[in-house]
Amino acid sequence: MDILTLFIVIPVLTMIGIVFCKDHKQVKWTAALGMGLQLISAAVLIILFLMERKAGNMGEMLFVKDVVWFPSLNIHYLVGVDGISVAMIGLTAIVIFAGIFASWEVEDLHKEFFISLILLSTGVFGFFISLDLFTLFLFYELAVIPMYLLIGIWGSGPREYSAMKLTLMLMGGSALILVGLLGLYFHSNPSGGQLNFSILAISKVHIPVEVQKFFFPFLFVGFGVLGALYPFHTWSPDGHASAPTAVSMLHAGVLMKLGGYGCFRVAVFLLPEAAHQLAWIFIILTTISVIYGALGAVWQKDLKYINAYSSVSHCGMVLFAILMFNQTAMTGAILQMISHGIMTALFFALIGMIYSRTHTRYINEMGGLMKVMPFLGVAYVIAGLASLGLPGFSGFVAEMTIFVGAFQNNDVFHRIATIIVVSSIVVTAVYILRVVGILLLGKINNEHYEHLGDAKWFERLSAGVLIFGITAIGLAPLWLSEMIHGGLGPIIQRLLMTTPIH
Amino acid sequence: MFIMRHELLLVAITVILLLVEIFLPQHKKNKIILPAIILMALVTITGFIPGHTGTLFGGMYGTSPLILLMKNILNIGVLIVFMQSVSWLKLEEQKERIGEYFIILLSTLIGMDYMISSGDFLMFYLGLELATIPIATLAAFERFKEKSAEAGVKLIFISALSSGVLLYGLSMIYGTTGTVYFPEVSVAYNASPLQILAFIFFFAGMAFKISLVPFHLWTADVYEGAPINISSYLSVISKGAAVFIFMIILYTVFYKIALMWRDVIYVISILTMTLGNLFAMRQRNIKRFLAFSSIAQAGFILLGIIGQSQLGMTTVIYFVLIYIFSNLGAFGVAAIISNRTGKESIDDYDGLYRTNPMLSLTMMLALFSLAGIPPLAGFFGKFFLFTAAAKQGMYILVFIAVLNTIISLYYYLLVVKAMFLNRSDQPIAYFKSDVYTKLGLAICIAGIIIIGFASPVYEFILKFTYGLY
Repeated sequence: MDILTLFIVIPVLTMIGIVFCKDHKQVKWTAALGMGLQLISAAVLIILFLMERKAGNMGEMLFVKDVVWFPSLNIHYLVGVDGISVAMIGLTAIVIFAGIFASWEVEDLHKEFFISLILLSTGVFGFFISLDLFTLFLFYELAVIPMYLLIGIWGSGPREYSAMKLTLMLMGGSALILVGLLGLYFHSNPSGGQLNFSILAISKVHIPVEVQKFFFPFLFVGFGVLGALYPFHTWSPDGHASAPTAVSMLHAGVLMKLGGYGCFRVAVFLLPEAAHQLAWIFIILTTISVIYGALGAVWQKDLKYINAYSSVSHCGMVLFAILMFNQTAMTGAILQMISHGIMTALFFALIGMIYSRTHTRYINEMGGLMKVMPFLGVAYVIAGLASLGLPGFSGFVAEMTIFVGAFQNNDVFHRIATIIVVSSIVVTAVYILRVVGILLLGKINNEHYEHLGDAKWFERLSAGVLIFGITAIGLAPLWLSEMIHGGLGPIIQRLLMTTPIH
Repeated sequence: MFIMRHELLLVAITVILLLVEIFLPQHKKNKIILPAIILMALVTITGFIPGHTGTLFGGMYGTSPLILLMKNILNIGVLIVFMQSVSWLKLEEQKERIGEYFIILLSTLIGMDYMISSGDFLMFYLGLELATIPIATLAAFERFKEKSAEAGVKLIFISALSSGVLLYGLSMIYGTTGTVYFPEVSVAYNASPLQILAFIFFFAGMAFKISLVPFHLWTADVYEGAPINISSYLSVISKGAAVFIFMIILYTVFYKIALMWRDVIYVISILTMTLGNLFAMRQRNIKRFLAFSSIAQAGFILLGIIGQSQLGMTTVIYFVLIYIFSNLGAFGVAAIISNRTGKESIDDYDGLYRTNPMLSLTMMLALFSLAGIPPLAGFFGKFFLFTAAAKQGMYILVFIAVLNTIISLYYYLLVVKAMFLNRSDQPIAYFKSDVYTKLGLAICIAGIIIIGFASPVYEFILKFTYGLY
C-alpha cells in the first residue's frame, strides 16, 4: 500500500476499532492511538517528501497512485501530493491529534463522538490527497455531514439551529461546486476524446474563456462558502460557537482551509483566465470578509464568537491572498492557512478548557484567570500574540508575506484593497488585547474561580502540541515556505502563461 | 418457453403457494411465510443465470439482457418487501390471510414483468393493469381500518382514471399509425398534431403511475392509508417498473419527438423535485413524509431520462436499484416501528437512538443515502444522474436539482434530529425485531454501503444498456 492511502486506511481502521471497544477508556485510547499513528505517518510523509525533492525529483505531484474506479466515466482513485498538500496534511494531523486530547472528558455517547470526529478527519485527509475531482468532491461532502451530528448532539447553546444552518449552508456550497465540477468534466477534452476528472489532466487543457467565466463563480463561491467568504460566512460564528471543543478546533483549524485549498487548487488553477477577469468581484468580497470579521470580533462578548469572527477575518485573508495571483502572496496564503489552522485550534482548545472550569464563556463574567490557571493563561496569550502577528510566531510570517505579495500589484484598486486588509491587523490587536486584559489579568471577580485547577495532563498535551507548531513555523519558516514554493510553481506558471499580470 | 423464464417461475411459485395455502389449517396459516420467502429467494437467484432472450407471440413480448436485469432488480426489491412484511402479517388482523398477501403481491409482480417485456401497446396495457388492480386490494388489506379501505378506493379510482387517459392516447396512436407494435409505431410516427396529443395522454397516464407533479396528488393519501409495507411496495417496485417501461417507450417509440419531450420532462422534473420537497418538509407522519420524498426522488430520476444517452439509461437503472435499497431501508424501519408500537409520527421518534440504536442507524443510513451523502450508494446514484443531465449541457437544471437535494437533506435531517438529538420522556421502548425484518434491513444496509463503492455494479448495468444516439 502506498503512503497516501494510509491516511484513509488508518482512520477507517481506528473507527472499526472503536466500534469494538468496551468502555470509555478503551474508546479514547484507541482514538488517540489511531490519530497518533496518523501524526507519525504525516511526519514520515513530510520527511519522505523533502528527501524526494532533495534527491531531485521535481515531478508536479509525488507519490502518485492511480487506480481506475469507474472505467466508463473515467473516474479514478488518483492521489498524489505536492508541497502544499503535504503541509495541509501535516496541519490536519496535528489538529486532530490535539483535538482527541481536548475532548478527553467528553460526556455521553463516547463511541459515537469519536467515530464522527474521525470520520470528519477522514474526509479532510482524503480531500487533501485527491487529485481526481470526483473523489475530491466525495471527501469534501464526507467531511461536512458528521458535523451535523457532532454539533447537534454534543454542542452547546442553540446547537440544533446552528448545526442545521451550518450543514445546509455548506451543502449549498457543495451544490455550486458540483455544477462547476461537471462543467470542468465535460470540457476536459475539447478534442472529443475521453473526458477526465483528473486535476492534472484538466490543467493541461485550454478551456474556452466564456466557459471558464460561467463556471468560475460556481467553483469559487462554492469553495468560498467553506472558506467563510462574505456574505456566505454566517454559518461560521453560529456553528463554531455551538460546536464542542474538538469540533470547533477541527472546523476552524482545518475544515475552513478546505475552502481556501479548493479555491486555488480547483477554481484558480483550472480556470485561470476567468480567475483573472472576475477577480475584482471576489477581491471586494474578501476585503469585506477581512475587515468585517475583525470588527465583528470586537463587538462580541462570548469567547467562541470572538474567535469565530476572527476566523472569518483570517480566512478572508487567505482568499484575498490567493486572488493576488503572485508567488509571494500565494505562499503567504498557504502559510496563513497553516498558521491560522494551528493558532485557532489552540484558541478553541483553550476556550473549551476554560469553559469546562468556569462554565461561562462571557468575558465580562471572568477575570484574573492568569492567577488560578497560569498554564492556560500563558497558552492563551501565546495564541493571541500569534493571532495579531507578533514576530516570532507563525502569524507574523504568514501575514507579512501576504502583504508584501499584495503590494506587488501596483494599481489603485489593489492598493486600496490591500491597505484596508492591512488595517485589519490593528483591529485584531484591539480585540485580542481586550480579551487578554479582561479575561486573564485584573482582579478575580468571582470567588468560585479561586479554587479552579490548572490544565490536566491531557490538556497540556493538547495545547503543547499546538504551541510547538506555532513557534516552529514562526522561528523556522523557511523549510515550510520552500516546500510550499515548489508546489505553487505549476499554478503560478499556468496563471502567467494564460494572462500577463499587468 | 425459456424466454419467459421470469414470468413462468413467478406463476409457478404463485400456484405452489396457493396450494400450500389451501392445505394449511386455519390456525397455522403463518407456516406459509418461510416457503414464500425461500421460493422468492430462489426465483431471484435463478433470475441472474444468463438465459435466452428473444421475442414471442409475434413480437408482443420480448426480452433482452437489459430487460432481464430490470426484472432481477424488481425481484430483489420484492424479496426485501416480503421479509419486511412478516412482522405486519403476524399481527392478529392479518393472521388468517397471510397466503393471500403473497399471492396478490406476486401477481402484481408478474404484471410488471409483462409490462417491461411488452413489445406492443396491448401487452403493455395488459401488464399495467395486472400490476395495478391487485395493489388496490392490498391497499385495502387492513379491512377493519377506515383509512385502509379509503386508500384502496382512492387507488382504484386513480388507476382507472389514469388508465383511461393512457388508453385514450393509445387509441389515438393506433388510429393514426394503424399499428400497436412498438417498432412499427416508431417508424409510422410523424408527429402530427393528433399524435402529439396522443403522446401527451400517454405521458399523463404514465405520470400518474410514477406520481410526477402535477399528477401526484393521490400519492400521499394512498401511502398514508395503505398498510406501510404496501406503501413501500408502491413507492419502490411499482414506481421502479413504471420508470423502466416509461424510459424504454420514450427511447424506442417516441424518439422522433425527443426534442419535444425533453422540454416537457425538463419542466416536469423541476416541478416534481421542488414541490415534492416543499411538501415533504411539512409532513409529520412518516408515511406521508416518505410519500413526498419518493415524489421528489422521481423528479431526480427524470434527470437521467432527460440525459438521452447510454449514460442516462444506465444511471436511471443504477439509481432505481439504489433507490430500492435506500427507500426500503427507510420504510422497513418505519414499518417495524409502526407494527410494534403503532406509532407513525416523526415526533414519536424522539430519542429513538437511545432505545433502539440499530434501527436508528439503519434509518439514518437509508435517509442519508436518499439524500445523496457520500460514501453511501445514493451519492453515486445522484452524482451520475447529474452527470447524465450535464452531458446535455443542462447545467441550470442540474443546479436546481442540486439545490433540491439540499432541501431534501433538510427534511431528512429533521428525522435524524428526532432520533439522535431530541430527548423524550416517553421514547419508543426497546424491542427485538424478528429475524426476517433484521435480514431484510441487513440486505438494505449492505446494498446502500456496497453498491456505490463497487464500480462493477455500475459497469455491469452499463454493458446491457443502449443509448438513443
